[in-house]
Amino acid sequence: MADTPFVHPYIPNSVPATKQAMLDELGLGSVEEIYAEIPDRLRFKGTLDIPPAILSERTLRKHVQGLLDKNTSSVEFMNFCGAGCWQHYVPAVVDEIINRAEFVSAYCGGDYSDLGKYLTRFEFNSMMGELLDYDAVANPIYDWGDVAGRSFRMARRITGRDKVLVPAHMSPMRLMEARTLCQPESMPTSTKIRFYEWDRETGMADLADLEAKLDDSYAAVYWENPTYLGTIEAESARIVELAHSVGALAIAGVDPITLGVLTPPGTLGADIACGDIQPLGMHMHAGGGCSGFIAFRDDGPVFAQECPLELYTVMETATPGQYAVGEAIAERTSYGSRDQGKDWVGTASGLWTIGAAVYMALMGPQGFKELGETCIARSHYAARRLAELPGVEVRLSPSFFKEFVVDFVGTGKTVAEVNKALLGHQIFGGKDLSAEFPELGQSALYCVTEYSDKDDIDELVSAVKEVTA
Amino acid sequence: MKKLGLIVNPVAGVGGRVGLKGSDGFDVLRAALERGATREAPRRARLALERLARRCDDVDVVTWPGEMGEDEARAAGLEPRVLGSLDGRRSYVLCELERSGERPVIGCDDFVLTTPADTERAARDLAAAGVDLILFAGGDGTARNICHAVGDRVPVIGVPAGVKIHSAVYATTPAAAGDVAALYLQGHAGARLRESEVMDIDEEAFRENRVSAHLYGYMTVPYARGLTQSAKAGGVAGEERALNDIATEVIAGMQPGALYVLGPGTTTRAVMERLGLAKTLLGVDAVRDGELAGADLTESELLALVEAAPAAYIVVTVIGGQGHVLGRGNQQISPAVIRAAGPDHLIVIATQTKLLSLEGRPLLVDTGDPSLDEQLSGYARVITALGERTMYRVGA
Amino acid sequence: MTLSPDQLKSAAAEKVAGLAKLRRDGGVLRDYRAPRWDEPFIMEQGTPGERGILVPLAEDGVTAEVGAAADYIPEGMARAAAPELPEMAQYQVMRHYLRYAQMTLGMDLGSDISEGTCTMKYSPKMHEELIRGHKAADLHPWQDEDTLQGLLEIVYATGQYLKAISGMDAFTLQPGGGSHAVYTNAAVMRRYFEARGELDQRTEMITTIFSHPCDAATPMVAGFKVITVMPDENGYPDLEAFRAAVSEKTVGCMITNPEDTGIYNPQIDKYVEILHDAGALAFTDQANANGILGYARARDAGFDACHFNLHKTFSSPHGCEGPATGAYMCTEKLAPYLPVPVVTKDGDRYHLDYDRPDSIGRVRGFLGNWMGVIRAYAWIRNLGPEGLKEVAEISVLNNNYLDNLLMAVKGVSRPYAEGHRRLDQVRYSLEQLKEDTGVGTEALRDRMVDFGIQSYWMSHHPWVVPEPFTPEPCETYSKADLDEWAAVIKKCSEEAYTDPQFVLDSPHAQPIDQMRRTEAMEDPDQWAFTWRKYKRRFKDKA
Repeated sequence: MADTPFVHPYIPNSVPATKQAMLDELGLGSVEEIYAEIPDRLRFKGTLDIPPAILSERTLRKHVQGLLDKNTSSVEFMNFCGAGCWQHYVPAVVDEIINRAEFVSAYCGGDYSDLGKYLTRFEFNSMMGELLDYDAVANPIYDWGDVAGRSFRMARRITGRDKVLVPAHMSPMRLMEARTLCQPESMPTSTKIRFYEWDRETGMADLADLEAKLDDSYAAVYWENPTYLGTIEAESARIVELAHSVGALAIAGVDPITLGVLTPPGTLGADIACGDIQPLGMHMHAGGGCSGFIAFRDDGPVFAQECPLELYTVMETATPGQYAVGEAIAERTSYGSRDQGKDWVGTASGLWTIGAAVYMALMGPQGFKELGETCIARSHYAARRLAELPGVEVRLSPSFFKEFVVDFVGTGKTVAEVNKALLGHQIFGGKDLSAEFPELGQSALYCVTEYSDKDDIDELVSAVKEVTA
Repeated sequence: MKKLGLIVNPVAGVGGRVGLKGSDGFDVLRAALERGATREAPRRARLALERLARRCDDVDVVTWPGEMGEDEARAAGLEPRVLGSLDGRRSYVLCELERSGERPVIGCDDFVLTTPADTERAARDLAAAGVDLILFAGGDGTARNICHAVGDRVPVIGVPAGVKIHSAVYATTPAAAGDVAALYLQGHAGARLRESEVMDIDEEAFRENRVSAHLYGYMTVPYARGLTQSAKAGGVAGEERALNDIATEVIAGMQPGALYVLGPGTTTRAVMERLGLAKTLLGVDAVRDGELAGADLTESELLALVEAAPAAYIVVTVIGGQGHVLGRGNQQISPAVIRAAGPDHLIVIATQTKLLSLEGRPLLVDTGDPSLDEQLSGYARVITALGERTMYRVGA
Repeated sequence: MTLSPDQLKSAAAEKVAGLAKLRRDGGVLRDYRAPRWDEPFIMEQGTPGERGILVPLAEDGVTAEVGAAADYIPEGMARAAAPELPEMAQYQVMRHYLRYAQMTLGMDLGSDISEGTCTMKYSPKMHEELIRGHKAADLHPWQDEDTLQGLLEIVYATGQYLKAISGMDAFTLQPGGGSHAVYTNAAVMRRYFEARGELDQRTEMITTIFSHPCDAATPMVAGFKVITVMPDENGYPDLEAFRAAVSEKTVGCMITNPEDTGIYNPQIDKYVEILHDAGALAFTDQANANGILGYARARDAGFDACHFNLHKTFSSPHGCEGPATGAYMCTEKLAPYLPVPVVTKDGDRYHLDYDRPDSIGRVRGFLGNWMGVIRAYAWIRNLGPEGLKEVAEISVLNNNYLDNLLMAVKGVSRPYAEGHRRLDQVRYSLEQLKEDTGVGTEALRDRMVDFGIQSYWMSHHPWVVPEPFTPEPCETYSKADLDEWAAVIKKCSEEAYTDPQFVLDSPHAQPIDQMRRTEAMEDPDQWAFTWRKYKRRFKDKA
């Protein structure tokens, strides 16, 4: 390296003659003369403590692939874990489109030059609007927990009230993210999170407790459907009613893939809906496939003006019949007097909105309906089979979409032990709930989607039987 | 089709090029012409109109005859509808010259000496004709006349052509005035309206190197803002919302029992409005515990109130186009008043847009007391939004 | 051969004038036409009954056991009306989005020198193959950490490299973007002072007007007041103003260096000193780190924390604005407050450490966007320490070379810091062009794309520099690319001076013509965020 000049395939102007020609045109002896802008005392003089370069593409690929090969994927093993990131089948067309170089490499290019990106975003928002039954869908950002927190802040700004009520069995991970956004309670601008109980038999909201706690000091009532523990919230409409009865907003957290068969939040009357689009055609990427959305009712400008995320509107051009897409109320980063905080937007998960658009277009109404039915049928089948095993109990409501709680306490084994043992059967077991929800004993949250067929489920059941015996 | 009203004050700016400050009064004008002054306003008006015509081909121009607008409109290729009359004005000039017994000035025979009354009549005519915007070329005197005639009923945009430009109703250059007028007339979302101050100074005093500026009122002025598409751009807050935010912030910081003196300006007015109080548009008011403690106060009334208060704060904003926060249009807030409240009890409020429009020039204090000015110089924590301060340089 | 500055300038003017002709006339400009598919929205396409994909149905054995799925849906929770989604066959759906892809220039097709502050560098295709394989794409975040060892090793190692590059002691790669990492800092500083019982006292965060918007917006979200420092006459953040801003109320600063002007703040360590003397903390936003890799480290200027955008400086692609990865780096002092989990190493094993009682909690679910980390890892390993320095050096050289050409274009100026060179980017002004011709930066932006060049980034808000544009010609671009880019600006400037209306009516060779009804972006009675709203509002009435 010391003797030969460094000419890298990603750095064309590192060719010495080119470099020299450019320096000549600038009348400079070396690039050092430009770096004189950094005072000497601030200059780093050493060599970065980084391993020497692996120059050839072949060698580098072998090296990195070698590291990745130490992972075991959910394709090699059968996966029955969801809990916020779910393994659904990803149609090949989705991958084909999101791997297009134009989409992979685009950033915040112009309305004309990157038109296709904006059109796709608008289609994503439009199709999500159909699925969720809302006229307004914003451009997604990081993930569900983040948009839950932002929805709470949005409700605070809209209502001028600084408390929200959330179910005590809200996803603990999402709650942690929302808490960070809502600030420590000692701060004058904080949004206070309070809890209402859930029914330990059904997993649904404890309406009596919600009613007892709710008053007009609350900005919003949040609920999840299905709940984090998998139950379909049968009393969703009642939760909306209760929230509205005290002038609070109703915020639904939803898994959009359920909406081919479940009543959408817009129809239920929720003012704001949030959730994750990962199930709509995104690989899991160890959680990197997540992306949070916000949708809201658009029957007045207030919600749009308080929405913390980008909004796009359809527009026309100088040529009749042509459509363009423009960013709406981009100035909306300064809010009314009811909140001193501003949310922010930034590079987050744009490619996934494209993937989800393709996914929704492929699935159509029939695809969503059939997929929902398959998830319900197969997960209930798995639950039944597992419940037949000695010491294994399926907890909570008999009504779930794809996730359900399996308690191993009767087997004398911990979830951790069961999951370790299942690895020997090339199976990833359910999410261990024993620390998050000790009242559920040694429980795991199992997930069965259309990805796993009956044979897979039967294999799971026999493996569980073996490891719990 | 949109209607543009046009007013050129042909005598505005005549004094500037020859080192006279302003063009008010016949003697000054004559002196200017003798020194070889050219008429700036028509030339500048034409620059603005040419730009406008290029960007906006479907506009109806309504104006007054000859040099009051008709000539420049035609020169820019616009076919104007002409109202009013200047008959007799020229003879008036010649008569004046003959009466004084002095020799006619070269070029004087084709010079129409319009008066402030003409400007005001023209503005009223244009307003009555239902114009959507008045584009005028002139200086502070012209702005003041138009303001007097039509107030904030018709949006205006000024082409800076006068010697005195203390008002905030002007575009930065003639071309920029043409651009923003075109945007506004086309109904482009990039053009917005805001209230801007009309200021004028006593020219007599000005020529003696004394500045005594007064706030005469407000007019509605279109301004262009960047309309960006890219998602990375957060965007500046809308003017109205920004004012509201600043008001909220000021009120949130108000101490119980303390007196708050509020100088003139749209930004300070927003504070009063948010408190549900009426602001004296051009004067200084005071509030305590959310209640009015005095309206349109004189210096001595202010002093009495401040001295009687357990604590007093003075809330001022940028007045006019030069960046003054003290000493222009709010002279009631005198050195004595400021000293009584305590120089560190000065609260400066302004939108960030306003600060940026100063293009790096400092905020100015000119209380008439150099040592106090010195004391107030340095850096102000300007309240620019909810929970936001901008450190901004203050100079004397 | 040495030329005087004047000679250099006229040589540059001559050169760029020669280049700014179409290729067939001896210049470098393309006779470009963007694809124009005239493609209807997908919501307007398809036929009832068409299917884009068939999904698995429950097997007979399953239904025999559990019955109908509908029986498990509680009353009132079964969807009554099917969503009005497209019903369209697979080829037609695929083709529709392929056409949209074609109408997207992106970085790979256009010469993306344009998007300054974004560091649009080449994202090696080999990295895409790495992250698309099931060993990366099909991992569940709750998998046993024994089955994620490869991923954790990559994340841990990348963290070590970023520590070396920044001089910091600790890292997290949980943030899902650059702004998110900046927000993480606001939360970490908040937790630091909360733990010290000083949160009631310290309420103000300081930033500068040329720092990125997130440096002001995220501390607001965290509950702080924000103090903005304006530049001095030279365009540097005003040191005296900064000093006046710091007090016992100060939490710290969140400032970008080099700022988007490309100016490296030569007094940056003085700022840090002032903060530390007041017991406050210092964070620097390093979204613009490309030109200083291996040349300057945040820690050496005294900073307590900094961040990097792996999708900018470290080659991960931008993906239409994500998924992105923010790296947040800090000293030992702030390490206890990092979000959970933190990746640790114990012998040969890597762990996810959740047992951190002082942590801020989480800024993101699960682990983070670690596709970006895999790519950054591969990129850093490919370049090594010398290569990283070469990246910085060439990006700085490219920028100054382009600057030389652009400053020879009529109507272009470079405000501030006269006589000082910029590092990786420059914020230029077209104020003169606008004054002379009426063509401002937005119009020029909409014309330049007609030459097959991506729209340039104008400026973050607010526009301190009037009529701004900000190119960033990082190491990816060849001398020919730089020549072409400058030639496009030169050509557009010429057009503005000869036929401004033509530029104002731009674009002319794009997938659509100039946008209309821009009021829809502001007016609640006109906007339509979804097609169904648009249909109801405008089409159903017709």
